Amino acid sequence: MIVTGKGGVGKTTVAVALGLRAASEGKRTIVCEVAAQENASRIFDHASVGFHEVEMEENLWSISIDPDESMREYVLLQLKVRAMRDMLFRSRIFNYLAAATPGLKELVTIGKIWELAQLDRKVKKGRKYDLVIVDAPATGHGVGFLQTPRTFANIARVGPIHSQAQQLDRFITDQENTGTAIVALPEEMPVNETMKLERDLRDEVGVAVDRVYLNGLYPERFKKSEAEVLAQLAEDENGAAKAAARAALSEHGRAKTQRSQLNRLKRGVEAPVKTLPFLFEPELDVEAARKLAGKLG
Amino acid sequence: MASVGEVLEGKSICICAGSGGVGKTTTSAAIALGMAAQGLKVCVLTIDPAKRLADSLGLEELGNEARQVDPALLEAQGVEMKGELWAMMLDAKATFDELIARQAPDEESRDRVLDNRIYQQISSALAGSQEYMAMEKLFELHTEGGFDLLVLDTPPTRNALDFLEAPKRLTQFIEGKSLRMFMKPTGLAAKVTGRGVSVALGVFKKLVGFDLLADLAEFFNAFSGMIDGFQARAERVNKLLSDPETCFLVVCGPQGEPIDEAVYFHRKLVEAKLPFGGVVVNKVHYPADDLQAEAEDLPEALTEKLGDPDLAKRVAANFADYQALAERDARNIDHLANELRTSCVIRVPYLDQDVHDLAGLSKIDRYLFASAEERVEMAAGRA
Repeated sequence: MIVTGKGGVGKTTVAVALGLRAASEGKRTIVCEVAAQENASRIFDHASVGFHEVEMEENLWSISIDPDESMREYVLLQLKVRAMRDMLFRSRIFNYLAAATPGLKELVTIGKIWELAQLDRKVKKGRKYDLVIVDAPATGHGVGFLQTPRTFANIARVGPIHSQAQQLDRFITDQENTGTAIVALPEEMPVNETMKLERDLRDEVGVAVDRVYLNGLYPERFKKSEAEVLAQLAEDENGAAKAAARAALSEHGRAKTQRSQLNRLKRGVEAPVKTLPFLFEPELDVEAARKLAGKLG
Repeated sequence: MASVGEVLEGKSICICAGSGGVGKTTTSAAIALGMAAQGLKVCVLTIDPAKRLADSLGLEELGNEARQVDPALLEAQGVEMKGELWAMMLDAKATFDELIARQAPDEESRDRVLDNRIYQQISSALAGSQEYMAMEKLFELHTEGGFDLLVLDTPPTRNALDFLEAPKRLTQFIEGKSLRMFMKPTGLAAKVTGRGVSVALGVFKKLVGFDLLADLAEFFNAFSGMIDGFQARAERVNKLLSDPETCFLVVCGPQGEPIDEAVYFHRKLVEAKLPFGGVVVNKVHYPADDLQAEAEDLPEALTEKLGDPDLAKRVAANFADYQALAERDARNIDHLANELRTSCVIRVPYLDQDVHDLAGLSKIDRYLFASAEERVEMAAGRA
């Protein structure tokens, strides 16, 4: 399951919530972060996990996929001899070429995700997972990360990495086994970007989005008629009553604006939209994620 | 406590930096609008503005060059404009192509680079290209002159660090000192490093295939004549960034994670000896501190006033939620101010409407350009 979307929309929280839910159903699940973000360990209030599979709760594991570590592991799997791998990584020219090859880092990262998802793990003593959840990097421009295997298969036209890139591309676009979800917020720009992202994933990567999670939706706490009464109250009163009426009006206003964004989103995407409530919680910790897990449906 | 106007006094470049999703683009546009309104000729360089914001600035049909925002548009929105507001949408690929064209000694070497598949990947997709090109465009506009102030909206990087290091990484990559060595396998360097290099190359070739290696070699060969030009330019860009007339503003949100990233980013700025100006915290819930005592018997008081106990209960509960968020924000911002040892923290309240037009930008400007006291007052009295 790949969880994607723009920065600041709560991808990690949703990824962890999906993980909690799957784990509670008895599935051995791992949440993978990329690019050393360590947001998941933060949610669990756990020390940084690094490039290790660490158990956070029963059935729920976490790993932070570092491209350099993935590269080392990949090369070892190819060369089979540790000493030779180490010699290679000490070579400046090798490091240079590895850094200079566009997309190689992203490719080995996706390669590691693929490896985690194998029933027959490639690494020694590798455990089998029922579900691998990927907290994908924020989409800055377009679909970069997920497109890497396809791009790479094009620039490396022959050789082992060409066929491996093709294999990874099939892995990402395999509708049967790989799902993709976009996380969005009920605001103008995130909604626009979600519509564009779904289109780009379909046209450029060949991935059909399974679900869009609209995160942080304010509840409709007040009816329109009540808002009118409260507006009058805010006008007439002072002190706490005025401030409370204002807060209620603000909530009402936001809930309303957000519903029009929700409708726009529903019209603009092909995948079904699932809403997740805004949590009035100061910190988004594991309990907050657990609350969301209950609403995932 | 300062306002944006004071922070940017005498500055010619303002770089808005921060992690994704914190409102950098909106903040950059609002700052540019506000400074232009005060009488400066300002250009905002933005990367990927929300469509309605772009539309409202008349940016839709823009290419990779600065355009003036129609004064009539501004006037229609009730903005009193003493200066000029210009805007451009950065196209990283086009900027890179222009740069190659400028640096290439002749047309043939230019085309060799532009046609190279590795170059095409790097210029459009490689992490760091956007950052590098944003700096490049900034430098170009600054050198050409013509603007009193340039406001740069930085690209949405995975983490703030990328933004500072990517340009350096990319230039190092293009310079390719160690690769020049490998371009001339018969040279002295090859003899000295000899076997190690050929083994490493052999393995790399085995991994990625010969054609990719050949493309890389071709890329560096095509580039070789431009390396010195790139290097010199990169040095001048770096110098411009640390110039006292440049000012970095860190933009963030009030939640724990964006605050931590802002602290981290500030530390990187200081380490890199880059001029830090202040922090803008967006979407802040302002507390109603002095009302806390009164709030305790709020449900009763509200019931009395509204004559509807159920509604009163909901209004009071909602108020408590808002106050809790406000307390969290205040706590996080205190922490931020302490860590940064700055009093220049500008809070923009969480407005009830999304901001995506000029009217919204002017609304934000009222906070950005107000003194701290005025801001608190406005937030308390906002509709």
